[in-house]
Amino acid sequence: MTWENYFMPSTTGEVLALLEQHQGQARLVAGGTDLMVQHRWDPLEVKSLIDIGRVPALKEIREDHGRIYVGAAVTHSQLVDSALIQGKGRVLAEAARSVGSPQVRNVGTVGGNVVNAQPAADTAIALVALDALVHVSSPGKEREIPVAEIFLGPGKSSIDPAKDLVTAFSFSAPDSRERTYFVRFARREALALPLVNLGLWLQLEEDGHALKDIRIAVGPMAVVPYRARKTEASLKGAVLNEEILKKAGHSISEEVTPRDSFRGSAAFKKRLIGVALKRGIERALDLKGVDRHER
Amino acid sequence: MSGNNNEQGGRLTINFRLNEKEYSLEIDPGERLLDLIRNRLGLIGAKEGCGMGECGACTVIMNGQAVNSCIIPAARADGAEILTVEGLSGGMENDLHPLQKIFLEKGAVQCGYCTPGMLLSAKAFLDKNRGREIRREQIKEGISGNLCRCTGYQKIIEAIYCYAREAERAEERKG
Ligand SMILES: Cc1cc2nc3c(=O)[nH]c(=O)nc-3n(C[C@H](O)[C@H](O)[C@H](O)COP(=O)(O)OP(=O)(O)OC[C@H]3O[C@@H](n4cnc5c(N)ncnc54)[C@H](O)[C@@H]3O)c2cc1C
Ligand code: FES
Ligand code: FES
Repeated sequence: MTWENYFMPSTTGEVLALLEQHQGQARLVAGGTDLMVQHRWDPLEVKSLIDIGRVPALKEIREDHGRIYVGAAVTHSQLVDSALIQGKGRVLAEAARSVGSPQVRNVGTVGGNVVNAQPAADTAIALVALDALVHVSSPGKEREIPVAEIFLGPGKSSIDPAKDLVTAFSFSAPDSRERTYFVRFARREALALPLVNLGLWLQLEEDGHALKDIRIAVGPMAVVPYRARKTEASLKGAVLNEEILKKAGHSISEEVTPRDSFRGSAAFKKRLIGVALKRGIERALDLKGVDRHER
Repeated sequence: MSGNNNEQGGRLTINFRLNEKEYSLEIDPGERLLDLIRNRLGLIGAKEGCGMGECGACTVIMNGQAVNSCIIPAARADGAEILTVEGLSGGMENDLHPLQKIFLEKGAVQCGYCTPGMLLSAKAFLDKNRGREIRREQIKEGISGNLCRCTGYQKIIEAIYCYAREAERAEERKG
């Protein structure tokens, strides 16, 4: 059994009207790179699909009053190629660049990546590091939710794709004292889900030395994309040196709770995440002592 | 808005260009682009390897971009411009595109199962980077969505690299 209807609306108004009209019997699809694969193994129980890939408003990347807005149906390739995202959302551009393969990036979207809610979804991790807001429209209702709050469990988010349309993500444009970075370890460089990934946002004090603030998002280190708040707290106000970075690496290894999986043991992932954090901070700040063997 | 022919659902009509020919077809809303190309149009260059986006054997170019046709709903072809390996030579029957010829010359084809997808990923990559100098590392990334179980990739990368260098030289001669 498959769906009986396939709609391709061209405005968000039409998308919402279709959702309302079908009362939970229609589901949104963006790129379909998650949905079509899931459907193959476990056929979807849904009468209609609503393809949002032809709604221009959902495919925009723009800056407005100090915030960067990324439409939910923006593809990973669009993020990689966007000068605005490269300049003001580096962690997101790099996360998008690491997804799957060219074919998957050309089709897969940031909205699908987040709603699908895998604990190590690459752009979701980046958006948590950026403390992004999710903009959601449902028939007759609009909301904005911090992205980290929508994840409920592996593959589960509080967004119901038969009722809620994610329209965009937004985050504040960084000032000159903020830096972001993305670190990812996987078996191979393409078509391999991450063994660990880490999104980083940090802000320096005016003296340019001490860390004023930091956000560390990691996966798959818990059942959902995880903010390492304990380690963050231990780094706030710190003047960075080798010793502090080492401690931070230990701290995050202690804090996270990965699982054994065929990609690697929990113990191995705990070690790797420490390395990822140290490397991420060094790279984000262009510190000396950076391991030059990595590309 | 485009979509089903009537409110009750059922079949839908889509219009698209494939290999420079116009088509108007009625399809099933659950059909995949790969089924449409292979079963309805009888073009069997695109292969089904994994059927889940992992191997690239089903790669076609849609609106200028390489995509895995096994995970694309056929409905999405509506209004699109599609290129399959059969159209690569630009409609000259029994002739090959220079990229195909260089694949043969360099030994980049063994069993051939990955070849149509590999050629189309290479073409999309080369088109996107036209006029720029191309490094082998970039070629690797460009074809990273296509698995080959025979060649070990080196000869494929070499073939694409040689093609790119020849194209660069041709540009220089012109300009
Ligand atoms: C071969 C392969 C490799 C992959 N590699 C990676 C990888 O390295 N890293 C990674 O993170 N992911 C990877 N993925 C997973 C997938 O490609 C991404 O998660 C992608 O971003 C999903 O986006 P989509 O538009 O294709 O989602 P879809 O499949 O269209 O949708 C996913 C889910 O979100 C819902 N949805 C989509 N858009 C919206 C919206 N705007 N509002 C509300 N609900 C919505 C859908 O109903 C569905 O439930 C891979 C997938 C494949 C097939
Ligand atoms: S058959 Fe489509 S990617 Fe393998
Ligand atoms: S030539 Fe056999 S799979 Fe590539």
